[in-house]
Amino acid sequence: MRYFLRRLRHAVFLLIGVSLLAFVFTALAPGNYFDEMRLNPQIAPETITALRTQYELDRPMPIRYAHWVISVLHGDLGFSFAYNSPVAPLLLVRARNTLLLTVTAMLLAWGIALPLGIWSAEHLGRLPDRLVSWGTAALLVIPDLALALGLLVLAVKSGRFPTGGMVSLNFESHSLPGKAYDLLLHMVLPIAALVLSVLPLLVRHVRAAMVEVLDAPFLLAAEGHGIPRRTLLYLYALPAAANPLISLFGFSIGTLLSGSLLIEVVMSWPGLGPFLLEAILARDLYVVIGGVLLSTLFLVGGNFLADLLLFWADPRIRTEMQA
Amino acid sequence: MKSYTRRKLAGHPEEVRALDGVSFSIFRGTTLAIVGESGSGKSTLAFCLACLETPTTGNIWFEEKDIVKLAEKEKRAIRCQIQLIFQDPANSLNPRWKVLKILNEPLAVQGNLSHAEMTSRAHALLNQVGLPIEIEEKMPAELSGGQRQRVAIARALMLEPKLLILDEALSALDCSVQAQIANLLVELQESLGMTYLFISHDLAMAAHLADEIAVMSHGRIVEQGSPEEILKEPQSTVTLELLAAVPRMSFSHLQAPES
Amino acid sequence: MGSLLEVRDLRVAYRTRGGNISEALEGVSFYLEAGQVLGVLGESGSGKSTLATSVLGLFPANAIVRTGAVLFEGRDLLQAKADELQKIRGKRISLIFQEPSVALHPAMRVGRQVRHVLAAHGTNGREVVKQRVREILQTMFAEEAERIGRSFPHQLSGGQRQRVLIAQAIACGPSLVIADEPTASLDPTTQMEILGVFRGLQKNLGLATIFITHNPALLAGFADCVLVLYAGKVVELGPAEAVLASPKHPYTQALFQSIPPLVSEPGDARKKKLPAIPGDSRPSSLPKAGCRFEPRCPERMQVCKSREPGLVSLNDRHIVSCFKYDANENR
Repeated sequence: MRYFLRRLRHAVFLLIGVSLLAFVFTALAPGNYFDEMRLNPQIAPETITALRTQYELDRPMPIRYAHWVISVLHGDLGFSFAYNSPVAPLLLVRARNTLLLTVTAMLLAWGIALPLGIWSAEHLGRLPDRLVSWGTAALLVIPDLALALGLLVLAVKSGRFPTGGMVSLNFESHSLPGKAYDLLLHMVLPIAALVLSVLPLLVRHVRAAMVEVLDAPFLLAAEGHGIPRRTLLYLYALPAAANPLISLFGFSIGTLLSGSLLIEVVMSWPGLGPFLLEAILARDLYVVIGGVLLSTLFLVGGNFLADLLLFWADPRIRTEMQA
Repeated sequence: MKSYTRRKLAGHPEEVRALDGVSFSIFRGTTLAIVGESGSGKSTLAFCLACLETPTTGNIWFEEKDIVKLAEKEKRAIRCQIQLIFQDPANSLNPRWKVLKILNEPLAVQGNLSHAEMTSRAHALLNQVGLPIEIEEKMPAELSGGQRQRVAIARALMLEPKLLILDEALSALDCSVQAQIANLLVELQESLGMTYLFISHDLAMAAHLADEIAVMSHGRIVEQGSPEEILKEPQSTVTLELLAAVPRMSFSHLQAPES
Repeated sequence: MGSLLEVRDLRVAYRTRGGNISEALEGVSFYLEAGQVLGVLGESGSGKSTLATSVLGLFPANAIVRTGAVLFEGRDLLQAKADELQKIRGKRISLIFQEPSVALHPAMRVGRQVRHVLAAHGTNGREVVKQRVREILQTMFAEEAERIGRSFPHQLSGGQRQRVLIAQAIACGPSLVIADEPTASLDPTTQMEILGVFRGLQKNLGLATIFITHNPALLAGFADCVLVLYAGKVVELGPAEAVLASPKHPYTQALFQSIPPLVSEPGDARKKKLPAIPGDSRPSSLPKAGCRFEPRCPERMQVCKSREPGLVSLNDRHIVSCFKYDANENR
């Protein structure tokens, strides 16, 4: 128990630190949202000054930070200059879109990587293993961008898949199953790109972890007891190999919000990535900080989850903690 | 006369008494064997004597100096004089180094001798432990258990120690190899005047090698005496148990060992 | 023949990492009757662990079975298919691995590990299995059975882990148990306890046992026959009383002499040199031709360098592999 309280405290400190840094750096960055407006001769300088005061941009930074922290604790993440609306709902919608892609992709990727990695480790050095190694090497070498573009080309050529966006223009007019189908169709390409880009890493890690365990004496001993092959692999070997994989899994969760930026941009998926990019370029202060905070939350949460899982999965850690 | 006397040591958190009032002396050029089961405190004793652990209370007199009270720098000098040999040579020899590097390491750390001087001393010691000089180029994984243990002994001797603590040094070896290493130890004692503290749970080997045996249990010495005394007239139950546990081949009746 | 287990001319080698081939067993033959105890005496490098795993057909990927047969109740296990072997392992023949600290799954409670063995061999129904696990653990651990069943291997002592391995081995009621150095890493008193467990198993369950060890004293009063293994070959095989009381092969004799006697008379051999066998038996130290033991043998003869000795029958049950007893070879 004490272990987790300590980790929780670390997590909170981390979040505070990150928010502070994000705030400071963004505020320190040259220029602000209204600089562009200044270039526009149609807008009177008094209007700009008034707007600046309204958004508190003329106050010293520590005060702005303090105000911001207080409002965050009330659930208010600030106000977006560009969209002229509160930050939180904007972020959450985009985050939902991103998660739709990344969670599905992650589940799919792990679902393929585990059996593939285990199969490859089981046939170490022989044909199946070599095929998998070459395949993953090829995928690793191809840049994500090329993958995404390649898939887009496929879409155009086959005419079956939409080439971008999340929903079709006539989305609202569909029935419920129709809407679901439409969404699914739009998801296929980005998810394919995401899975292909992350799969080789996962497969290699699973394979490596399994290979180390497959040599272990307790496996040979279990085989000597007549334990069948399938049980040996999934109930004996895999749990013993799980530790590094659980850490990797935690890290995967951490990148759920941030890992799909490139794909989203290329495929015009209305996710968090492109939104944040736009905000940074426009110096939309509170959107940027809100986005950074959300990403950090996921990262820290992912690590925390990994720790929890490790605690649950490895009895040795558990009993050491309790001792 | 080299004597070591210790008193009343205790272990750390939650008052686990690893050693609970242990006193004995070892005389120069002799062998004292400490016999006991695991958990009796034998290894803690070894570590305290080798200055790797500090006793909570008590004194250790090495050549009439109390080494418990010494400053760190002086302790380092004493550590060179008391060397430790462990049970598993696979773990105490660096698996990535060649034998020559392993042997030279203790002197290299001191930094006093040139490489040539260290190497010639290493060669002399390899000779003394009965290993061919060519072995200096090999890695520990290429050696047999007995050879590894000989390398460990040679490494310990590099610093010209006065006292050698053997913590279950023979237990991991095959029977015939144990005999070889035991002979080597006896030989080294005769030629170099080494003093040994032989820690083991093997009463037979201890009785064979030692001039004096101390039986330990739960951090205390429960019986002490010459091997003849201990074997002929064991006083404590612990000694009786240990004696009974020695598997014996009595050819005359071929009876089962008592359990 | 009708014997429970017969091993005929078993030859196994391993492909090492460097690409070399190392011969582990070179023509081992023996047989074992039901309920008998065979003690296999061998030091490291003798091939004893390979013998243990070979009987079950348990070969790592780099093993090469050159020739030989392992006949269990008449069927050759080396020719058996994978699913036949799976049915026999743990159920008719069990293997107790060396080093209990690594032979158990580190992250699984030991009760569950015993349960898996039962489940693998057709014991169905959760309650039935649980009951059987409880019974077995009770025979091994008496009152502590509950707590031990719920423990993880790292929470148990060496002796307790060894008992868990034994529990796994006898769970399905096999007719043959192979124990590879079951007492090697244990305290003397624990050693005696475990030996007592094995005796009990043999007496109460009529279990045939192959007990592998490097310490001959453990076999006294326990084994019916003793087989001495040196560098992958059988050098002596015969009834325990004969081999232990009056060994014939120079290696066996030298081995027994190198064990320090527990003497209580003053001045008697204390600190005197033990008659140790010089050299070692690693593959690189073995001669290329002739008798394996020749370089270290105190009684070697000219012929030992050039030819390998065959098996000589001293009487109808005791055989030795040495030219000393070969009536055809006179000095």
